[in-house]
Amino acid sequence: MAPALALIGLFLIFPALWTVYLGMTDYRLTGLAAADPTVVGLENYTSILGDPGFWRSLRLTLVFVLASGVLGQTLLGFSIAWALRRLSGPVKSVVETLVLAAWVVPSSVGAFLWLALLDRRAGTLNALLGTEGTAWLIEHPMAGIVVFNIWVGTAFSMLLFSSALNGVPPSQMESARMAGATAWQQLRDVVLPNIRAHILTNTLLITLWTFNTFTPYLLTAGGPNDESAILPVYIYRTAIPGGQLGMGAAISLIMLLINLVIALASMRVGRERRRRS
Amino acid sequence: MRRTTWGAVAGAAAATLVLAACTGGDPEEPADASEAAEGPVTLTIVTNAISGGKNAAEADWIADWLIPEFESAMEAEGRDVTVVFEAQGVDDEDYKTKIALDLQAGGGADIIGMDGIWVGEFAEAGYIAPLSEVGGSAVDEWDGWEQIPDAVQNALSFDGERYGIPQGADGRVLFYNKTLFAQAGLDEDWEPTSWDEVLDAARALKEIEGVIPIQLNAGTAMGEATTMQGVLPMLVGTGAQVWDEDGWLGGTEELGQVLDLYRTIYVDEGLGDPVLQQEAAGRDTSFAQFAAGEIGILLEGDYFWRSVINPAEGVGTAPMADRDEVVGYTRIPAREPGTGVNGQDFVSMSGGTGRVLNPGSENPELAWELLAFMNSAEAFESRVAGTVSITPRDDVNATVLEGDPMLTYISEEVLPLSSYRPGLAAYPEVSLALQDATASVVAGDPVEDVLAAYTDAVAGIVGDENVNDG
Repeated sequence: MAPALALIGLFLIFPALWTVYLGMTDYRLTGLAAADPTVVGLENYTSILGDPGFWRSLRLTLVFVLASGVLGQTLLGFSIAWALRRLSGPVKSVVETLVLAAWVVPSSVGAFLWLALLDRRAGTLNALLGTEGTAWLIEHPMAGIVVFNIWVGTAFSMLLFSSALNGVPPSQMESARMAGATAWQQLRDVVLPNIRAHILTNTLLITLWTFNTFTPYLLTAGGPNDESAILPVYIYRTAIPGGQLGMGAAISLIMLLINLVIALASMRVGRERRRRS
Repeated sequence: MRRTTWGAVAGAAAATLVLAACTGGDPEEPADASEAAEGPVTLTIVTNAISGGKNAAEADWIADWLIPEFESAMEAEGRDVTVVFEAQGVDDEDYKTKIALDLQAGGGADIIGMDGIWVGEFAEAGYIAPLSEVGGSAVDEWDGWEQIPDAVQNALSFDGERYGIPQGADGRVLFYNKTLFAQAGLDEDWEPTSWDEVLDAARALKEIEGVIPIQLNAGTAMGEATTMQGVLPMLVGTGAQVWDEDGWLGGTEELGQVLDLYRTIYVDEGLGDPVLQQEAAGRDTSFAQFAAGEIGILLEGDYFWRSVINPAEGVGTAPMADRDEVVGYTRIPAREPGTGVNGQDFVSMSGGTGRVLNPGSENPELAWELLAFMNSAEAFESRVAGTVSITPRDDVNATVLEGDPMLTYISEEVLPLSSYRPGLAAYPEVSLALQDATASVVAGDPVEDVLAAYTDAVAGIVGDENVNDG
């Protein structure tokens, strides 16, 4: 017990406390405040909460999490799992391999592939659609990173739902079919109630991952003009290239709190559910 | 349970102390500095140059000339010295972040290349120290200083102290494509004397299908290139400077004129490509497009001529085989004749990069020897043998510039007119605010709104009392 707690203390609690402290200073990467940071109390927090850039970033993050994580990855992952559930042989292997490959490829490589696909001058997509000269990532930066993140993360939902679907008792499906239930009715009345726990786990994990992912930076660098600066990117741009380490720590703490709320809320839902069953 | 928790806290605290102890002092540091010179020593150099990429000529020179020459010179003195070059080839902003993080963590190379404009903020942070404090008495005794004019030395100085050795001076001009000019019916020996004449040429170029008439750097994606090759050369053409005795530039009439020019080019008349300057690799793309004959007029430094479009093998990132015939260059006109700073008709901005010593170096005196060696006349002669550039040394310039009309032009016609950025720690942040302002204008925001937002931003950086709203 003690060694485990020591590890948690060292790698989780100490950095968290350090972030709290840094967030209350004007610490910078360069300049006088780098040599001798002063404690400014809650000044960072008031300026963050009064900064339209932060609220825009938070809004973009919510859109990103909802569109690419909760809706995109979950629905697409489930659809693929559902479509493949009774298939076997080469078709299934090919589809699964393709989806998994997107997940397994290192993110820098994946991002490069997408940059090549969407490039303004020599991009594959422009060549296919005959839309030469369209700068996709500048004209539609949010749509770009949403689609990219769905591509990256769908494999997890697919795998999780495949195994969940295997766990649905065949007898229940059989009786539903005998009773003349349509595919939609089977899905709604038999499958979904059986895999509720999986949906919850999947949503929680995906929400947390998507909320914290930095990979879209490789595609758009938060640009143009911060139009795709989701929170992790916004923090990076504030703290490292912007040099405002104290401010970055303060936003990180706000982000940490949002993460905690998501985790606590879903744990609570999980407990309620267990108690009822 | 309670005991376990306390144990954990104590454990964590102890671990933290151990870590602190590790970072506090270097156990391998020799007690006596002369002791270090005896055994084998490794010195490292980092600069934003890489063979086959950015600043390739410098990278190749370090690898092929400097390192072997210095190592054998040391060997002749009976010292076993290895020099390692950490090549980088990234955007200047990323490079700056990298070296700032290196130095903050107490690491980094012994000799670090940096833009002169970063010296102030790095010095204030305590990341770098005056050269003579790091390299010892040999620094002030170096005979090279006599050859480097004070104005050039200032590029790597802060608060009256030398922090590094500059690598030379550069100047900015308008580069233009003579083939496109001929096609548009314009004079190939172009010498515009006002912004209007530049715009007229751009309007004529617009008639050619598939050509971007003029690209004036804008937006935050290009970083300092926007300020140095966009806002500031235009600003000095209105007679204003980003900083003077009255304080930092606020939302003045002069800045309004500059932003109006951006608006004319990108929004009202479509003379430039507003998407290009937002692209992540927009600057490199603008180079490639100019080289491909797709951009008519481009404001750039002489770096563009000698390093980017240089046709010599392995030098340029966007080489133009017919550079000398096709590419013209001309001085940047003031808004109207006589409206430039000091009543000038033509203007330019100059900056300079240089190299500093890492105060955390384990062999600071030897690192200084290497730095001095890198800046000897012999070293510069070898450095500019393939690709001429204006060196910081008068003795070398006297012989090497003769054969190069472009750099002679810069040195004789442009540098005397040139303005410099203020070597103040707040400058990089003000520069970012200027980049933001151009980004908003190009995105279509009204100039008055942008000026107001810019004034607020600057006041937030330097304080209301230091802003000159003219």
